[in-house]
Amino acid sequence: MSNNNLHPDFDSDGAMSAGAGDELVAAATPGGTLVMDKDAGVPEFEEAAANSGPVKTRRFKDMLPRLDFKLGLGLFLTLGIVLFAIIGPFVTQDPRNYDNATFLKPGGEHLLGTNNLGADLLAQLAEGAAGSIMVGVVAGIIAVTLSLFFGIVAGYVGGYVDEGLSLITNIMLVIPGLPLIIVIASYMESRSMMVIAVVLGITSWAGAAIVLRLQAKSLRNRDYVAASRVAGEKTWRIICVEILPNLLPLLAAQFLSAVVLSILSEAGLSYLGLGPSGSITWGTMLNQASQHNAFYIGAWWWFIPPGLMIALLGCGLSLINFSIDETINPKLRTAPAAVKAIRKAEKAAAKAAKKGATA
Amino acid sequence: MKYYLRRITFYVITLWAAISLNFLIPRLMPGDARTIFVDKLLRKGGEITPAMEKSIDLLFGASDASIWQQYFEYWGKLFQGDLGVSLTKFPAPVTELIGSALPWTLALVGLATIISFILGVGIGAFAGWKRGTAADGIIPGMTLMQSVPYFWLALILISVFSVNLAIFPIIGGYSLRDFPAGPEMTWEFMKSAIYHGTLPAITIVLASVGGWVLGMRNMMVSTLSEDYITTAEAKGLKRSRVFFWYATRNAALPSLAGFGISLGFVVAGSIVMEQVFTYPGIGKLMINAVQDKDFALMQGVFLVITLTVLAANFIMDLIYGFIDPRARANV
Repeated sequence: MSNNNLHPDFDSDGAMSAGAGDELVAAATPGGTLVMDKDAGVPEFEEAAANSGPVKTRRFKDMLPRLDFKLGLGLFLTLGIVLFAIIGPFVTQDPRNYDNATFLKPGGEHLLGTNNLGADLLAQLAEGAAGSIMVGVVAGIIAVTLSLFFGIVAGYVGGYVDEGLSLITNIMLVIPGLPLIIVIASYMESRSMMVIAVVLGITSWAGAAIVLRLQAKSLRNRDYVAASRVAGEKTWRIICVEILPNLLPLLAAQFLSAVVLSILSEAGLSYLGLGPSGSITWGTMLNQASQHNAFYIGAWWWFIPPGLMIALLGCGLSLINFSIDETINPKLRTAPAAVKAIRKAEKAAAKAAKKGATA
Repeated sequence: MKYYLRRITFYVITLWAAISLNFLIPRLMPGDARTIFVDKLLRKGGEITPAMEKSIDLLFGASDASIWQQYFEYWGKLFQGDLGVSLTKFPAPVTELIGSALPWTLALVGLATIISFILGVGIGAFAGWKRGTAADGIIPGMTLMQSVPYFWLALILISVFSVNLAIFPIIGGYSLRDFPAGPEMTWEFMKSAIYHGTLPAITIVLASVGGWVLGMRNMMVSTLSEDYITTAEAKGLKRSRVFFWYATRNAALPSLAGFGISLGFVVAGSIVMEQVFTYPGIGKLMINAVQDKDFALMQGVFLVITLTVLAANFIMDLIYGFIDPRARANV
């Protein structure tokens, strides 16, 4: 990490899980599958935050991602699906109305057809969107809150607190989440949507906490934080007022990742029949579709839309995340732009040279 | 040396935590898992010997002994390699069932992950190298791919390639018709296993490659704007040399270090996916156990999955410490 040399005490406190191990993990995370692709920019973010100057209003603006094609597409997908979840239930049938003909193909009165019981699948998709997004958002909030606690407190307070908290974090990181959730869920006779969301939240915060801890550790040594400490500010106030605002983009990215991961996990759980009982989510739709052999009878309108919605929402949120990344780590944005500019200049020069030659 | 010592200490503690978690979960959960389990066992026509009763009590914590005593007995059983008796395949011991399922998953998930990693890092490195060109266009595609649920992708692949085109088999890890006696060590059997494993492997690769590509691409873009790359280019080094020996080698380090962690996600995805393919691996075993409320088997499988992921992480840490001297120096 680029800051090690700047802060000699960065890793010298000899905490059991501090130092190399963590650094590997934090540095490691960009390669990770889901949650973790935003971490590439972590070291640079500190510089960006530090350089953005004393003017507070400008600083906030710098934190917002720049609107480009990727962000536009991401926002379009995400907002579109959220709107569908909100408005859908008002314009479609009751998703539990089983009076229609069964296995109707898409078209006409039922835009996405009906299932084996005659329920309108568009209505189910809308209700499922609301369910899946709800689970994802609640789990995301829980995960971010926990990662804030384990990450920032550990990183800022240091010492034995840090050792203890980061040991727990590292253990949670390497214990595979979904198998653990499957075990917990299978002991429950019935599971409400909230219970599923809570379980998903408390098993998926570790990756984010490790990144936050490194951030807090490095922010702690900044002059302005030291100044507040010397001025006698309380620890919680320093954390909330001096440290947290700098981490907002990172937190936003981690929240979105947690939402994506939770929606995916919920779908997997529900597909196995361990999802929220009695509720409709995209995962339970897929579960029903596979239980009634939609795949072998070719009822594609039953199983394609829910999975596609999961993928599209995940894609939308990840694209927003990608743009947040580019804000946190300006190199990601400036480097491709620079290459483009050079190429343009070369082309222009070649053109000019050609013109000169012919003239 | 200190690095390795600390890593080993960490994994020993994690091992202890994972096993203790496995001990605690059945005791903390609401509901009477023990009664359900015993009832099911009796209904299956099983007889409960005193020894078996003891192992059931240990699993669910229903005995009169204090929790500490139970805890130590649990460890004792574990050291003897005793994870209890399976309900579904009564009276097969849990360890035996896991033993026959584990190689399938290890081979499938292991191979597919390595392929996906190499492919992902390769594509990512190239996309990062060609930053600012049309290669940036792969970003939305890759984010879509990494958001696709494994099991859904598996279902789509089955419905296209197995049901409609009939190129690949629909279910199973090998042809049950050709090998009714179970796995054997012949070339024919291997061929059957590879043929059956192709579609599951493709699923894992497709669903996990996106994460590697995006991570590697971003690291590559960051690395390429480092001063030493500019220096290398200014020196007039060959483009290929800058690409392989200066940029890719450094940018790949985080991906390598994250390999073990990401493996956890791949394993999670594969569990659900094995259900779709009815693949005879550990994930299918776990799901069968869940559906039959065979808690002994379920707990055993969870423990083995956790231990396997821990072992993979440990090996990766050792390799990483060897590759990257900074890891060893920064202890």
